[in-house]
Amino acid sequence: MPAISQKRAGSKPMGLAARLKKNNIAAGYMFIGLYVIGFFSFVLFPFLYSFYLALTDYDVLTPARWVGVDNFVKMFTADDLFWKSFFVTVKFAVVQVPLKLLVSLLVALALSKATKLTGVYRVVYYMPSIVGGSVAVAMTWKQIWDNSGLVNSALGQLGIPAVRWLSNERTAIYVLILLGVWQFGASMLIFLAGIKNVPSSLHEAAIVDGAGPVKRFFAITLPMITSSIFFNLINGIIGSLQAFNSSYLITSGKPLNSTLYYGLQMYRQAFDHFKMGYASAMAWFMFVIIVALTVAVFRSSSAWVFYQDEGR
Amino acid sequence: MLRLAKNRAGISAYHIAMALFGILMIYPLLWMLSSSLKPSTDIMITTGQLIPRELTLENYAYGWKGFGGMPFAAFFKNSIFVAAVRVAGTVFSCSVIAFGFARIPFRTRRFWFMAMILTMCLPGQILQIPQYILFNRLGWVGTYLPLLVPSFFGGAFNVFLLVQFMKGIPLELDESAKIDGCGWIRLFALIIAPLVRPAMATVAVLTFMASWDDFYSALIYLNKPSLYPVAYALKLYSSEVSTNYGPMLAMSVLSLLPVLLLFFAFQKSLVEGIGTVGIKG
Repeated sequence: MPAISQKRAGSKPMGLAARLKKNNIAAGYMFIGLYVIGFFSFVLFPFLYSFYLALTDYDVLTPARWVGVDNFVKMFTADDLFWKSFFVTVKFAVVQVPLKLLVSLLVALALSKATKLTGVYRVVYYMPSIVGGSVAVAMTWKQIWDNSGLVNSALGQLGIPAVRWLSNERTAIYVLILLGVWQFGASMLIFLAGIKNVPSSLHEAAIVDGAGPVKRFFAITLPMITSSIFFNLINGIIGSLQAFNSSYLITSGKPLNSTLYYGLQMYRQAFDHFKMGYASAMAWFMFVIIVALTVAVFRSSSAWVFYQDEGR
Repeated sequence: MLRLAKNRAGISAYHIAMALFGILMIYPLLWMLSSSLKPSTDIMITTGQLIPRELTLENYAYGWKGFGGMPFAAFFKNSIFVAAVRVAGTVFSCSVIAFGFARIPFRTRRFWFMAMILTMCLPGQILQIPQYILFNRLGWVGTYLPLLVPSFFGGAFNVFLLVQFMKGIPLELDESAKIDGCGWIRLFALIIAPLVRPAMATVAVLTFMASWDDFYSALIYLNKPSLYPVAYALKLYSSEVSTNYGPMLAMSVLSLLPVLLLFFAFQKSLVEGIGTVGIKG
């Protein structure tokens, strides 16, 4: 995340300034102390403890038993549900992330031209993002895609036979993906802010040169909003790999585990079967995947992400 | 003349398309509201009709009675209590911490700030199990403590948001306050804190919404219906009344009301806040 650590100009320690800084250390910790305590107890300690747990067998009631890498060996070689949930999650991410990016970008483009009603559209399109993660919407979504629900009744009026969306192994995951894509509002807002930041002089110059809207989009807008694409991409990947709610609330991983997210499988290992060690090993595997993907996207970003305030 | 007409037609087509898309976007929510007002027996028979044949509040009356001996009012009270404490804790701790990062130059400040940014990228799932074990050891499982206590130690995203806001206040203010003999605490409480009230409001609203929707903590940590918040109670209620959709939809509508009201009251600052975070990020 660039541009986070804008140092205050002129804070290079020199004699007096350095002494001042030293004097401030008590005051500094008085204010950030709460964070430091929280960091040790709710972040660093759990993080390290989780790694230890991944190498043990622990059911909460009896003391943890050291098993080395056994959990990982079992996971990779003898646990079909582990792989099933992993590939379900990969499929979920591979479909949802690009689809959501595309929809939010297209809608942001359609909204970038300011009219009297733009504010209204923006609020309406953003609303699903506000309520979409709630239990209430998940339950409603379940009804809408039910065999005799809203979608099938609408299809029926068009003469299309009903589809058993949620009980069909091939369609259920797409119902959940659609619930995620429906909540494209937040990434749309980020794209909108990015589009607004493109200097209008660039567009004006291109219009003088006779460039049409499509050409201007690919030559100007798209390159100028790559940092927003980057942000949404990273967020999308991390979010979808950790998904839990829609699978737990709507399908419980059914039918035939076709919607069994990795997050749900991990939850079941930990809190239904009380295999804390095994679930921690699962958590670490996903952690490594997420870090690797994030690093890969960051690495590649220098080739395709353009920062307007570069070098400032 | 022709071009003008063509342009007008284009503009109307644009607005028609945008409006239709908007209706499609909120149709699930409209359907939820309309179905909750239909007689329970009508809901699945007249799925396609948005306007109910007959309006009734019977689903609300039935649902409000709750389940397992607990009325829905009790679940609302629990949610409000949890959200209120979390909002108070988060706003207090995050603004104190943000002040330290934004206004006090001291050694190791950059180190802790970077550490905080890194934790923002840490997937939360990896911390859940050890945190559960920690809270279990402390004997906190089955109480609200695991939900409430962490909010008093700051949250990376909210601290970051407040730091960005505080950095926008001119430093001269601090210097002149110092000359007047004002210490750090008074500088924070009397000068900076009042100036960042809009950002605090954003943090408060975001915290409230997240807390209101949070059923996961309840799922893991709470085990008595008398403690359940609305979100989790709704999940249990839906299996309780599995084929009786009316009351479930009615309680769903009620559970969304606080969040939607807050959204409409603060939509301007929320919409702008999300946009800027993306740009800064």
